[in-house]
Amino acid sequence: MLVLVGLWEAVVRLHLAPGGFFFPSFTEVVREFFSLASNGVLGENFLPSLLRVLIGFTAGSLCGFIIGTLMGWKKVAENAFGPVISLLYPIPALGWLPLLMLWIGINELLPIAVIFIACFFPVCYNTITGIKGVDSNYLRAARTLGATEWHTLTYVIIPLALPNIFTGLRLVSGMAWRVIIAAEMVAIPTGIGSLLMQAESLIRVDIIIVCLIILSVMCFVFERFFIYMEHKMTARWR
Amino acid sequence: MPGIELRGVSNFILRNIDLKIHDGEFFVILGPNGAGKTTLLNVIAGLIQYEGSVLFNGTRIDGLPPYRRNIGYVFQDLALFPHLSVLENVAFGLNAQQQSGEASEGRIDRLLHDWGIGNIAHRYIGTLSGGERQKVAIARALATQPQALLLDEPFTNLDRGTSIYLQRETKAIQQKLGITTVCVTHNQREAEEMAGRIAVMYDGAIEQLSRPEDVFFSPGSKRVAEFIGSPNIFPCDTHRRLTRGLAEIRSGDLAIVVPDDGETVRKVAILPRDVYLSKNPIPGPDINRYTGRIDQMTTAMGHTLIWLRIAGHAILAEQPTEVAQRMGLAVGDRVHVALMLKWIKVLSKP
Repeated sequence: MLVLVGLWEAVVRLHLAPGGFFFPSFTEVVREFFSLASNGVLGENFLPSLLRVLIGFTAGSLCGFIIGTLMGWKKVAENAFGPVISLLYPIPALGWLPLLMLWIGINELLPIAVIFIACFFPVCYNTITGIKGVDSNYLRAARTLGATEWHTLTYVIIPLALPNIFTGLRLVSGMAWRVIIAAEMVAIPTGIGSLLMQAESLIRVDIIIVCLIILSVMCFVFERFFIYMEHKMTARWR
Repeated sequence: MPGIELRGVSNFILRNIDLKIHDGEFFVILGPNGAGKTTLLNVIAGLIQYEGSVLFNGTRIDGLPPYRRNIGYVFQDLALFPHLSVLENVAFGLNAQQQSGEASEGRIDRLLHDWGIGNIAHRYIGTLSGGERQKVAIARALATQPQALLLDEPFTNLDRGTSIYLQRETKAIQQKLGITTVCVTHNQREAEEMAGRIAVMYDGAIEQLSRPEDVFFSPGSKRVAEFIGSPNIFPCDTHRRLTRGLAEIRSGDLAIVVPDDGETVRKVAILPRDVYLSKNPIPGPDINRYTGRIDQMTTAMGHTLIWLRIAGHAILAEQPTEVAQRMGLAVGDRVHVALMLKWIKVLSKP
């Protein structure tokens, strides 16, 4: 990483990059980051994005987990939800944007709804896979030990499905940030995506790079958090 | 009143099973793979559909789901929960039935102690040896104080030493608790060691139901005889006690030293696979060692059957064909024979 940053700095300072105006040095980008942070522009745009991601991600993942658990656990739920989910899953989250703009309008709910959709399906599918993948012998053992269906679900099935569930959460934790940026770029006047669009119209490449680095770091942090949580919850027995 | 009773039980594998298992009995179901042994256990546990009736202590339990039948079930692959520690596995049933408190904790502690797994109570299943897992599985099944214990091939995947040790432990604890136990196995020796009575199953039906020695000495059908392995049977003419635990019997001109339990021996038997053969003299004391001549040999399914003539008796031995070829055995050869004391079966009761 240090080598890459050094190379970047050297290329710009030695005027080796074509169209130097569009290619600021690393130190210029860092300077701009602190400038944006100190004058409050970064906070004004980052915090709304973070809040939208947290709400949309939590709601979408939770619903995906609940519906996925029901579908993996009960055949009747799989039959009820399966066809609808199979039809809707292939539509990309951003594909819903025009429809949601008409239904919801351009307000705070719009990016949250897009993130909700982006998170719901992968978590749902991974949860179904995890729940269905639990060896039926464990279920039979739990039943003969006197466990009710609910006890079996909460103490056997869900813990054993955790590796799959975390795969889904890890996947969508990064995806939520990618989707919010796209949604804000297209339709919302605040947020990192919106800042990115304003920087583009003002030809402020340094700000664009700051926004992209923030996006990259947030994706990384979210994914690492779920890797850590998965390790904490399953490493002792896997 | 029988501990467990099956009346006319049938399903996609089982065919009209009628069976009474006594209260506190260690009952073994023996049979080849695919005979329906595990299916029978699953019927008792309520894990699969069936027609007919299952009764526990005279009460029909057909309408009860598995979690209300109060049985302990040790599955063939054990099905220990990998995400729980040994302690949590053993306590699972009690927690599921919301039984907590000092009595439950005391019971768990006793089980961990009885099975010698207290020192591994906080380890996870993935870190345990095969024998330790087996103990945890049986302790878990007993924790809820079930009215019956079902064991599905419980000692199959263990080395012989561990298997024998656990068989004895299981039997001892079963007798101590007096719990009705149904054990499924395809291992005849395991069945003989543990069983009060044996049911031999074949093709979804019970072919023979009797004491272990009767299954061995008097197979009830051709299929049972084929499964057991047609032992060499020697009627006993005279019986002389040698030491405490050993006796010499004579069957015609053949003298055989056999285990002695103080009762008069009527017959002794040994399976063909337990007749030891060598072209050279067999080292050790001259007990149950003979010389004979090979009358006939046939080979089938990777095994060679060898008919021997020893002191006027025709004795059948069985060797893996590869071993027989390596030994260079041929009809007319003179061979040294040993009958292994450990595997000689004695029929003393009428």
